[in-house]
Amino acid sequence: MADEGRVGISTDAAPQALRPDIASGRRRLPLAWLGTVPFFAYAIAFLFVPAGAVLLGAFQDKNDNPTLANVRLLFNHPYIDAYKTSFEISIVTALIGGIVGLFIAYAAIREGTPAWVRSILTTFSGVAANFGGIPLAFAFIASLGPLGIVTVFLKNQLHFDLYGQNFAIYSKLGVEITYMYFQLPLMILVIAPAIDGLRKEWREAASNLGAKQWQFWRYVGLPVLMPSILGAMILLFGNAFAAYATAYSLSSGSVNIVPILIGAYYSGNVLDNPHLAQAMAFGMFAVLALMMLIYIPLQRRAARWAK
Amino acid sequence: MTLSAVIWLLLGAAYFIIPLFATLLISLKSTQTGKCCTAHNYGWVLHNGDFWHTLRLSALLAVETIVISLALFVPTIYLIHLKLPRLRPVIAFLALVPFIVPPIVMVVGLLRTFKGTPDWFYQKPYGFLAASYVILAFPYMFFSLDAGFRSIDVHTLTEASQSLGAKWPTTLFRVILPNIRSAALAASFLTLAIVMGEFTIANLAAFHTFPIFIQFVSESQGFPAGALTLMSFGITWAAMLSLLLVGRKRGARGAVIAGAR
Repeated sequence: MADEGRVGISTDAAPQALRPDIASGRRRLPLAWLGTVPFFAYAIAFLFVPAGAVLLGAFQDKNDNPTLANVRLLFNHPYIDAYKTSFEISIVTALIGGIVGLFIAYAAIREGTPAWVRSILTTFSGVAANFGGIPLAFAFIASLGPLGIVTVFLKNQLHFDLYGQNFAIYSKLGVEITYMYFQLPLMILVIAPAIDGLRKEWREAASNLGAKQWQFWRYVGLPVLMPSILGAMILLFGNAFAAYATAYSLSSGSVNIVPILIGAYYSGNVLDNPHLAQAMAFGMFAVLALMMLIYIPLQRRAARWAK
Repeated sequence: MTLSAVIWLLLGAAYFIIPLFATLLISLKSTQTGKCCTAHNYGWVLHNGDFWHTLRLSALLAVETIVISLALFVPTIYLIHLKLPRLRPVIAFLALVPFIVPPIVMVVGLLRTFKGTPDWFYQKPYGFLAASYVILAFPYMFFSLDAGFRSIDVHTLTEASQSLGAKWPTTLFRVILPNIRSAALAASFLTLAIVMGEFTIANLAAFHTFPIFIQFVSESQGFPAGALTLMSFGITWAAMLSLLLVGRKRGARGAVIAGAR
């Protein structure tokens, strides 16, 4: 494998020295494999078995007999509406967050912007991307809630009544605005290395050949960046699709998205069939697995131009 | 700097600073008069028994999660770099699992799987919750440690150590571990940030951790919740800055996939 090739001449014997069984031609009990047993045992017990329980439970009725009824129910009201809202929030925040994040990242990286701007932006993005859930929801209630600082400021100083305009922080729009707080930093962190991959020489070559700015972007910049942008947007989609705590705290559980519906089963007894919650979880798993299947080939293409 | 660059950066800065500033203003308001400015809300938090109780629980959970994760990952990644490179894609796939199986899906499976297990595990945060959080730490651990091991010459170090007569434990703890220390620390700080903010699993499994306490306060008392929110932001900030200090390498990608949302 690649790692052994890297060892070089001086330590050529190392792989063999560390694997006496190869040198002697005897097959021994592979001790190295034994060393990975704890890790895999843990992953099986706490990852595969629970994930399997969700997959299996989604297709079982109350007496554990196989059935498609739960999954079929997902396509009816109110469950299909929850998926629809989840999709809308995820797509809107992935698209807008992706585009705005790209512009902010490009503004910080492009020539002419001092280097400290980028290092501050990256540091802050690292913090903000990890600042989610309950505290984030509170920060937005404090700003845009009915008695929030921004709401009151707009009303008293600018005579603009935000809540008279059908806006509410616990509505779908409010959730979307709040999600941007972790979507934008995620986009900035993920897309920055790809922007670094746009070499200065390409732009110079394009302009030497007489290309205008838009022609550079149309024929060179965007085609090179596109797989990275799409891949990053898929990450953003999954990020919003799976979010629970922020929406829960913003709306006290009233926004109709899939994670909140699943959570409602466990906190109150809104649903009497645990297999329905498992079916909803299975539905989320199916959507995210599909996203991953699109993401991996995109990631491979994007890696072509990475430095 | 062009004008458009300045505008985009200013817009971004305003969006990120305004909510924090609003939270600061709220946290300084007096509960009695609703006016600025008092430090009373911070005093309320610091004199609250539940604050210390839940903060301690979450901190201990973070430590337990970090210890278990490092014990699982360091030997495994050492072995895949030394002898089992073919296993690397398998473990890299496992590290991406939190993307496909987010906490809200995972907790459904965990609750179904472990229902009926002994109380010392299922009813205790240090059992059920810590075991779940180790799974959440998978991407952080893998991406950081994998990058750490790639930057050192595992074969030469191991060979040198063994030529000098060191046994396996000595090689692992006194040769390998000091060389990947910054990667291990980076993974630990990320795990700390995630455990201190994790709400989904704790809420659905009904454990009273620090984020559950923040949610309880923000439902009942607005102004102290502002103080708590800023403190929580401070914890994330401290964890991420410590990460930068120990040298941030390639852990960033894994870091941002699974946050406490």
